Parts: sequence; structure tokens; C-alpha cells
Amino acid sequence: MVVETKTGTGTWGVKTGLAQMLKGGVIMDVVTPEQAKIAEDAGACAVMALERVPSDIRKQGGVARMSDPSMIEGIKKAVTIPVMAKARIGHFVEAQILEALGVDYIDESEVLTPADETNHVWKHDFKVPFVCGCRNLGEALRRIGEGAAMIRTKGEAGTGNVVEAVRHARSVLGEIKRIQGMNLEELMSTARDLQAPFDIIKDIHDTGKLPVVNFAAGGIASPADAALMMQIGVEGVFVGSGIFKSENPQIMAQAIVKATTHFNDPDILADVSRGLGASMPGLDVRTMPEEEQLAQRGW
Amino acid sequence: MTRIGVLALQGDFFEHIKILKNLDIDAVEIRLPSQLDSIDGLIIPGGESTTIVQLIDIYKFREKLIKTIKEGLPTWGTCAGLIVLAKKLMDHRPDPLKLMDITVQRNAFGRQVDSFESNIDITGVKGPPFNCIFIRAPIVTKVGKNTEILAKVDNNRAVAVKEKNILGTSFHPELTNDTRVHELFLEMTL
Repeated sequence: MVVETKTGTGTWGVKTGLAQMLKGGVIMDVVTPEQAKIAEDAGACAVMALERVPSDIRKQGGVARMSDPSMIEGIKKAVTIPVMAKARIGHFVEAQILEALGVDYIDESEVLTPADETNHVWKHDFKVPFVCGCRNLGEALRRIGEGAAMIRTKGEAGTGNVVEAVRHARSVLGEIKRIQGMNLEELMSTARDLQAPFDIIKDIHDTGKLPVVNFAAGGIASPADAALMMQIGVEGVFVGSGIFKSENPQIMAQAIVKATTHFNDPDILADVSRGLGASMPGLDVRTMPEEEQLAQRGW
Repeated sequence: MTRIGVLALQGDFFEHIKILKNLDIDAVEIRLPSQLDSIDGLIIPGGESTTIVQLIDIYKFREKLIKTIKEGLPTWGTCAGLIVLAKKLMDHRPDPLKLMDITVQRNAFGRQVDSFESNIDITGVKGPPFNCIFIRAPIVTKVGKNTEILAKVDNNRAVAVKEKNILGTSFHPELTNDTRVHELFLEMTL
């Protein structure tokens, strides 16, 4: 992908650049200013402001929408790290509202109820950058083609079960390796098979990596989970219900941050895994009916 | 061979390492304080300044960083790194290392939607203006008598400064393919 060198605001350089600044960090879901403070003090590199964490959305059901602006503003006031907020898939007006509120990143998220079952938001039109979820490389590249400046795995949010995040990260990274080893004449049919823009496929063939930062999300509930995702090859992690649904959020938050920095050091990982209290209760994704699986949302 | 360490607690340390390697420099990630003893220069990268300072304290880097840099280790901070090195910040957090006689305003241009790119002349960097990428960037509002201002943006605000063995920039040369500011820093390590 050709990176524009034009000067001004809202450029591809400043949108993807903010994600570069978040790398090696943990982005935590928070529902109150107090939780946002705890996250910042524990070393979170950003917070995701929302009304209900995914495990509660799962339990309570109903339509999950963008959060109340006053709630997002309260969190913005409480911390100086970047504040992200979620819009429904395809709901470009929720995205316009979040941009007007001055959030630093919008997550067009499958955790909320989709507003459009065919199209995602055309993200190039916004000055605020977007992060989007994916299960495989084709999905990641369609989102980047629409203007996503950061990608995350979908995983299965609100389960405390890392298995889907692992599946999605392995799928994306494995397909990148496969494309890197291809001959040029194989790239066009690959673009067709993955339903992905050709220019980004070509870029991946040349560089061996996505043109944007790639985080893991969905089901990360322990320091070991975070380090697992980092060792598999993502550049940072989102933790949703895993922190504030655990027995001791403060200690869990710090431990997950340390595990993400020192993901390759088993001695430190052993140390931070000790005495954390109970993690969030988990759900088995295999016994979950398909309509309850959030990762199926998005096209 | 010159060996440059990049503080790898959080942020875009890998981008600095990539540029240094392209310049045939031995570049290493610094994740523990003891690793500061074996380098000829240090880069504190871009990232979230609050997060990086928290991690400096959580991983017990503070004392060692202050001692090593005061003893003359050539050091360059980009964006969050500049904030970390400042003597004074205009808001009450985080608590910086106070190694450079400057006052810094964080998020001086506004929030992410106000982040921007601009081509700017930098003292000591030859050739055309440098493509400076400012992301939730700080500015230097006040400098001490031994601090040299190397670059300013339109309304006269300082965005690149130098003081003895320390260089600071509000922007991110590591996000470009242009190696000239890295070369400027490498000259300081000779």
C-alpha cells in the first residue's frame, strides 16, 4: 500500500502512527472513570470506554449500541492516555458522533449489535482512526481497504477463553507467511480467493507484514494468555472483561501489562502469575450456539 | 561498532531498531536496567508517556537511567521520550526524569483528530525540509540557557531541542524512511 506523504491532519501517517505508539501495550475495557484510572495506573497504553463489558452484554442480551457521550466524556477527563470507543458495524453516524466527541480511536466492533449486515463504515472519510476485528487475512485486508488504521483479532469476546483469538491470529499470520513465499503470478488469484484488495496483497508479499499494527483481542483473561498472543506474533493486546471481571482488577491489570512487556521471559511471567485471585469465569466456545458467537458478525 | 539501545517497555521501539539496522548500527532492545551498561547511546521511543513512565518505575529503571544519562550517555527521546526526559511538565503527571532543562506541554496540539504531518527545517539536518509526523504531540514551551532549539513549527513553538548529550524531538523520524535525524543522533555518540 502506498503511504501518502501529504501534509495535514487525518493523514494515513498520523492514523496508523498512533497505533504504532500503542504497540507492546495493553488496551483495557473500562466502564467508569474510576476503572479508567486503575487501568492508567497499572500501565495501560489506552482505554476502551464502554457501558457494559462484553461478558455483561452477553448475559443481558438486547441491542448493544454506542455508549452515552457523557459516559465517554467522563472517562476522557479522568485519564491522559488515549480513549477509544466502540461503534456498531456499519453505523457511520455513531462513528460521526464519536469523532465529534474527540475520541482518539473508534473500534468498529462486532461486540455491539451490527447496524448493517452487508457493509462496514467507509473509514477513509474520517479524521479519527479506526480499529477493526478480523478472523482471517481476507477480513483484515477488506477492513484495511475500507480505511482501518489498526487491526485486531476478533477472538470470542466476553468468554475468557483465548482459543478463538489464537485461531484468528494463527490464521492471519499463517496466510501472511504463505503469501510472502508466493510467486508474483499467484498473487491475483490469492486476492480473488481471499476477497481482498490486490494492492495490499502485493504489499504483504513484498514486506511480509500487514501495513498496519495488529493486536489480539477476544478472550484474553490472564497474563499467560497475553504473553501467548505476543509470542504467537501480535503487537499488543486488548483485554475486555478479563480485568474488571476478575477478583482483583488492580493486580490483574498490572500483571497483564508486565506479561505483555516481558512476554519472552518465563521467570517474570511466573512471578506475575502468582497469587492473582480468581480470573473471570470462562465459557467454552465449542458448546456455544453459532448465533451467540460474536465473531460471526462482520463481512 | 557503535551499539545503540532502544528502551523497549512500550511504543514504537521496533521502528527505531529497523532504521538503525538499515544504517548498519548494532541496535538492541532494552527491557531491564542492567542492559543500560553495555550501550553507546540510548533512544527513548514514542509511545504513551504515562505508560512508559509507569513502566520505568514498575521495572525500577528510574535511578539507573538518571545516573547513566547524567554521566553522559548520548540519549534521544522522540515524542513520549521527550516528555520522559523533561525537567518540568505543564500538567501534574507523569513524573518525568528531569534530565533536560525544558518545560513540556503534553498533547499540545489537541487530541488525535488534530495530529498532523508537516515539512520542517531542522538545524543540523542537511537537504530538504524533514517530513515531521506529530501524533498527540508535545511541544517545548520553555528552554534553559544551555538548551539549543533545532526546529520550530509555524507559530514559533519548539519541537526539536538539544542540550549536551541529550536530543529531544516532538515528532517521529522513526515513522519515516528518512534516516537524517538518526544520523544526527549517531554523530552525538562518536
